[in-house]
Amino acid sequence: MTNSVNEILDEDLLFVIGSNTTEAHPVIGIKMKQAVRHGTKLIVIDPRRTELAAMADLWLPLRSGTDIPLINGLMHIIVKEGLQDEAYIRERCEGYEELLKTIEAYTPERVASLTGIPVEKLQEAARLYATTKKAGIFYTLGITEHICGTDNVKSLANLALLTGHVGFPNAGINPLRGQNNVQGACDMAALPTDLPGYKKVANPEHRAFFEELWGCSLSSDKGLMIPEMFDAALDGTLKAMYVMGEDPVMSDPNANHVKKAFEAMEFVVVQEIFMSETARFADVIFPATCYAEKDGTFTASERRVQRVRKAVEPPGEARVDWTIIARIAREMGAKGFDWTSSEEIFEEIRAAMPMYRGMTYERLGTTGLQWPCPTEDHPGTPYLHKDGFSIGKAKMTPIDHVEPAEPVCKDYPTLLITGRRLEHYNVMTRFSPTLDAIVPCEMAEMNPEDARELGLAEGDLARVTSRRGSVVTRVTVTDKVKPGSLFMTLHFKESPTNELTIDAYDPVTLTAEYKIAAVQVEKVKTDYDPSEIDRFVRLTELVEPQE
Amino acid sequence: MPKLVKLIIDGKSVEVPEGTVIIEAARKVGIEIPNLCYDKHLTAFSGCRMCLVEVEGSKKLVTACSTLVREGMSVKTRTERLIRYRRELLNLILGNHPQDCLTCEKVGNCKLQELCYEYGVKESTYPSLVPNLPLDDANPVMIRDQNKCIKCGKCVRVCREIQVTNAIDFAGRGVESTVTTAFDRPIARDFCRMCGQCITACPVGALTNKQFVGTRPWELKKVRTTCPFCGTGCNFDLNVNIKTGHVVGVTAAEDAPINGTQLCVKGRFHTDLIHSPDRLKHPLIRENGKFREASWDEAIQLTARRLSEIVARHGPNSVAGLSSARCTNEDNFVFQKFMRVALKNNNVDHCART
Ligand code: SF4
Ligand code: SF4
Repeated sequence: MTNSVNEILDEDLLFVIGSNTTEAHPVIGIKMKQAVRHGTKLIVIDPRRTELAAMADLWLPLRSGTDIPLINGLMHIIVKEGLQDEAYIRERCEGYEELLKTIEAYTPERVASLTGIPVEKLQEAARLYATTKKAGIFYTLGITEHICGTDNVKSLANLALLTGHVGFPNAGINPLRGQNNVQGACDMAALPTDLPGYKKVANPEHRAFFEELWGCSLSSDKGLMIPEMFDAALDGTLKAMYVMGEDPVMSDPNANHVKKAFEAMEFVVVQEIFMSETARFADVIFPATCYAEKDGTFTASERRVQRVRKAVEPPGEARVDWTIIARIAREMGAKGFDWTSSEEIFEEIRAAMPMYRGMTYERLGTTGLQWPCPTEDHPGTPYLHKDGFSIGKAKMTPIDHVEPAEPVCKDYPTLLITGRRLEHYNVMTRFSPTLDAIVPCEMAEMNPEDARELGLAEGDLARVTSRRGSVVTRVTVTDKVKPGSLFMTLHFKESPTNELTIDAYDPVTLTAEYKIAAVQVEKVKTDYDPSEIDRFVRLTELVEPQE
Repeated sequence: MPKLVKLIIDGKSVEVPEGTVIIEAARKVGIEIPNLCYDKHLTAFSGCRMCLVEVEGSKKLVTACSTLVREGMSVKTRTERLIRYRRELLNLILGNHPQDCLTCEKVGNCKLQELCYEYGVKESTYPSLVPNLPLDDANPVMIRDQNKCIKCGKCVRVCREIQVTNAIDFAGRGVESTVTTAFDRPIARDFCRMCGQCITACPVGALTNKQFVGTRPWELKKVRTTCPFCGTGCNFDLNVNIKTGHVVGVTAAEDAPINGTQLCVKGRFHTDLIHSPDRLKHPLIRENGKFREASWDEAIQLTARRLSEIVARHGPNSVAGLSSARCTNEDNFVFQKFMRVALKNNNVDHCART
């Protein structure tokens, strides 16, 4: 996030796109609702009628995958009506002329027909955003989980720059991170192209800094991104994989492809707190600790580094993640893995990264600090780009519309959208009896019209099939989703949604298009009693026992 | 900057910004004016009347939770008259309240109990008028006992003003009034987000967090930490039972920088997964298609040997690692260093982008 969560309360307009905030980031969501209660205006752009959409001043239920034309259309209107911030653009941006050329073609009428949003609504949204100073953009995976995810993000940046919304409090561009420490894992460079603090593997000077720090030579080869790893495993060049605290078999798209990749490898290590679906493919499983059993730090979406504190002992012989890794490294003869506490590692992180350099465990205390925080007397940074952009001028990038990888068709006529639900968080929360009791199973959301046509009622079972797999799920009938679409989550291994999703990726980040897949839905008949199903049994096996 | 206003409370002089209520001004000089329905994050309700104070020059008592400070004001918070008045109020409330304090889950955290103790109110002189409404405990997170409700309306305001869900409200009028859900339905997922913020707000035992049932507050140690779920970054206290060494549940922390006392259902109620019997407890090694328990030494040595062999045979790029956006910064830093320094490649990624 360029700005901070609590700035939401004093914004005059919230521009929420591709984010079901009240379920995916509940406390940020309630702050948005509090703001709206006190008169802040709300624009929600989402194909589903989410809780925020229902209370929005303007809800634009766009056709899935048409974010770029929509944003280009808004910019077209803004420029036509002269609402852009010329002085800001001149002073802080480049690429304006090229951007103008591209958005010229996105007339309101064309955009209306591409997105399904009437011209008047587009105009209203464009005017409201352009003319409200304290207006922040908020987005989540509904923007990034598309084959054009990077372009979607750049489009939003264009919009914010065009109207001078970056570099001020109560504004900015605010990606809400999906998991507790996505921000931190990126900062630490759990990334194939980066070294800690966003230094680049490809840059010899950057490598030299770390070679000096770590006293060894570093590879300049470009590393593999996750989907490339699975492809490399299947073509035989990748032989081994070490998986720490992730469950790609459940959470990555086209799960059947992922499973084959794990089967193909010679040696797989999984470090986990529960027996995950991925762990079933392991040769060695290490029992790890959960957050309540260790010391350390997480970095929240607003770049705030906060302490995690050990409250209880780990179960059995489970060990803290980094101690396991460090021990293997030492066993392999590597140098520089001799820390005795998480604080010692943090000291090395500080040495490695200027943006964390001013932080110590003591300074973090109970309030944390927001990076960049370069020196020990620096108060941290609530919002970025206050005095201009560190890269000089911010680039506006002309972006054109890309069709989704898998549009619906005659055989697969239903659009599958995936996401999260309030009560669960990926798969881990299934092990909390309390949370699992609130929502014990997948309930795929379906519009009443479609339900009627398929003869499905609340709680009935449906089979959902894509070109890649087939799962069975209960359905819930609701007008939150539009006719012709189905919403499912990734939480339940009884109905593993990611066997359906498509492994089509954004070319830059290789993020998958989780938000759009073509499926076919049909009613399933069984006569079992739902209350008698064992947890974690695949529903497909119940309705159609495997040979 | 708002203008500063000077006033005197119980003889102590205090300066606060214009627009401050008396109750907050008093807190600044260490005076806690008794109350049952006040919360600085919520709009004033002035329902319990416990916070009535005397203001010099005015015969009428005023509610400290909603009366704004004025320049030169002189406030008295503990006169004979006020103490008598408060005793009578407590006497009245107790007359409508069950007297099962010995076994009440709220013991130690009950505002009513605390005030009765402070004002020496042992029992009510009025005949008991406790209703006999059924418990609502069909949901997984809370027990709602309307018989204990003192109608302070804090839960109603939290749900309306902070959670902005409006799941509960006042129903009926006068002595017959209750605080309940629409149509008096039991708490359920379709209209309540189970954030538990109303439970924290409740000053008595009318709303109870199920996870704390059976534990007394003095058996608990609090450890401040950061939520392991979404990227919001809420902080809260893990409550550890010092006898069993287990986490009992979560309480919100007023001074949490991002969320204050606000939490969602996941953050507040997830902790029973920590001690799940399904946790992995020993290293496991696959042998003939089955997992068997192994010692740490064996599992570490096997892993180091196999990785070294594969790198020797197929080169450094034949190994890859998936790090985790759920693990700490320290874990991630060590993991990527392991890939780069020990395995000599850059094949490290995580599901960050999802
Ligand atoms: S749990 Fe949350 S949503 Fe439900 S009644 Fe209480 S405050 Fe409202
Ligand atoms: S308490 Fe809820 S909103 Fe806060 S970080 Fe945890 S999951 Fe996110």
